[in-house]
Amino acid sequence: MSATVQKAPERAAGDAVLEVRGLSKHFTKGDEDLVALRDVDLRVEQGQFLVLLGRSGCGKSTLLNLLAGLTPATSGAITYHGSAITRPRTEVGYLTQHDTLMPWRTVTRNVEMPRELRGEDKTERNRIALDLVQLVGLSGFENHYPRELSGGMRRRASLARMLCSDPETLLLDEPFGALDAQLRTELQGELLRLWQGSGRTVVFVTHDIEEALVLADRVVVLGQVGRIVLDLAVDLPRPRDPDDIRVDPRFVDAHRRLSAALKEGALR
Amino acid sequence: MSTTTPVTQGDVSPAAATTTGPLRISSGKGFRQRHGRTGAVWAWRLLLLVAVIVLWQVLSGPVLDPQFVSSPSGIAGRLGDWIADGTLWTNTWVTVQEIVLGFLLGAGAGALLAYLIAPLRVVWDVLDPFLMALYAIPKVALAPLFIVWFGIGTDMKVLLAAVTVFFIVFLNTAAGVHEVDRGLIDAVRLMGGGRRDIALKVTLPASMTGLLTGLRISIPYALIGAVIGELVASNRGLGYLINDSSAKFDTDGVFATLVVLSIVAAVLNALVTLLGRRANRWKPLDT
Repeated sequence: MSATVQKAPERAAGDAVLEVRGLSKHFTKGDEDLVALRDVDLRVEQGQFLVLLGRSGCGKSTLLNLLAGLTPATSGAITYHGSAITRPRTEVGYLTQHDTLMPWRTVTRNVEMPRELRGEDKTERNRIALDLVQLVGLSGFENHYPRELSGGMRRRASLARMLCSDPETLLLDEPFGALDAQLRTELQGELLRLWQGSGRTVVFVTHDIEEALVLADRVVVLGQVGRIVLDLAVDLPRPRDPDDIRVDPRFVDAHRRLSAALKEGALR
Repeated sequence: MSTTTPVTQGDVSPAAATTTGPLRISSGKGFRQRHGRTGAVWAWRLLLLVAVIVLWQVLSGPVLDPQFVSSPSGIAGRLGDWIADGTLWTNTWVTVQEIVLGFLLGAGAGALLAYLIAPLRVVWDVLDPFLMALYAIPKVALAPLFIVWFGIGTDMKVLLAAVTVFFIVFLNTAAGVHEVDRGLIDAVRLMGGGRRDIALKVTLPASMTGLLTGLRISIPYALIGAVIGELVASNRGLGYLINDSSAKFDTDGVFATLVVLSIVAAVLNALVTLLGRRANRWKPLDT
């Protein structure tokens, strides 16, 4: 096992990577505060594939923004391997819900950007970027600008860019939401392949129960203002074939429980 | 029917069929189809120009007094005289120098200051009303003051052109800086970039559109600034030629100068359009 762990071998499975305690986030609008998250506690373990499941507006994206260190919390603490998160860290890759590719850069130049910012050698980072472009199935579009690509292709380019920084923890905000079913399955498989045996930790946000069950070790269902409705360990065997898994009785059972939890979460 | 019928539309190159890259086929449009419309537009432009010139020439004399409206032949004659004795070149050169220097000075200072001040939101908010007030001053009103400060030489015209250009470029670039997508800045922060990276790799390229808009619309104003300076006080330049000709009641001379001025403006515009094309290659494809 230890031979396949590329990242931080001194960190054992079960250690907390991300730890959230009493986290609240308010957005001030006029003389009112909108509460996005209230008193959230969450512990993400090393090497875990955690899916945050929730309906729109339950604060999933806000929680990821806080975990990524993009915005400060109103109150409460977030730690990454024990140290407080105050600003973005390069060990954490974050794929936001909206495309943030630089429109003036070609696909390859976008993908290599994290390494460019670290000041890495031009030919080396270009080689890595080209490999990643191929990995996400964008061969032939290396020199295209984002506006010349479809929404799904931009998504894949964004994924490649995040992977280019070789992060040890991945935060993914509905990364495959806008893709067609085929491509979605392909990229889910690709993501699992990247994650399995790498020791990486993944926090994956979605509102799709099936996607959650195909991917996750553990599904946390969020209700209003980030209330944790259900924390479910998924013990389905891997690798999970998206077509076969659907008829597995354990899948059906978990699906029913998650669905009920989502309904409950909508109530305050 | 169990077999699928192959549908062919245009020639699919064998390479495109085997790789995963974009499918490229010939657009199937000939030279005429691709350039026909542009050609027609140019033909109509030429036709319109010729029609106006012919009408002007025919009406000037029998209907309109050439003393007031001049005539194409009179203008051509005057241009011929001026080319022959060198008046045209020396005066045009003086004005072109003033325009170019004024434009470079104003645009450079405007763009630089915008990049320095616009990202500092508080400083910008403090300065904003003052900048708008200064921007609203008609730059002609500054001419007498500039004569006092800089004399009636070339400096005065260059600075008058520069001030006009400065505000336009400054405000447009600042708007470009302010409209930078927050998501792109966050993306660079997530990749571990600092303020410097954000400024160079996001703000600068993102605000290029604003800068180019500023440059493009300020070109006529550089010309206005320089010519107004010359009209107010000078003994050289195209503005001086207009003043001198009209003082002698020489309408041919006034119109001849106006023709030269519009040619200068057209050439400058074409230059900036070229610049804009080069910098905005990432804009959407032509459909």
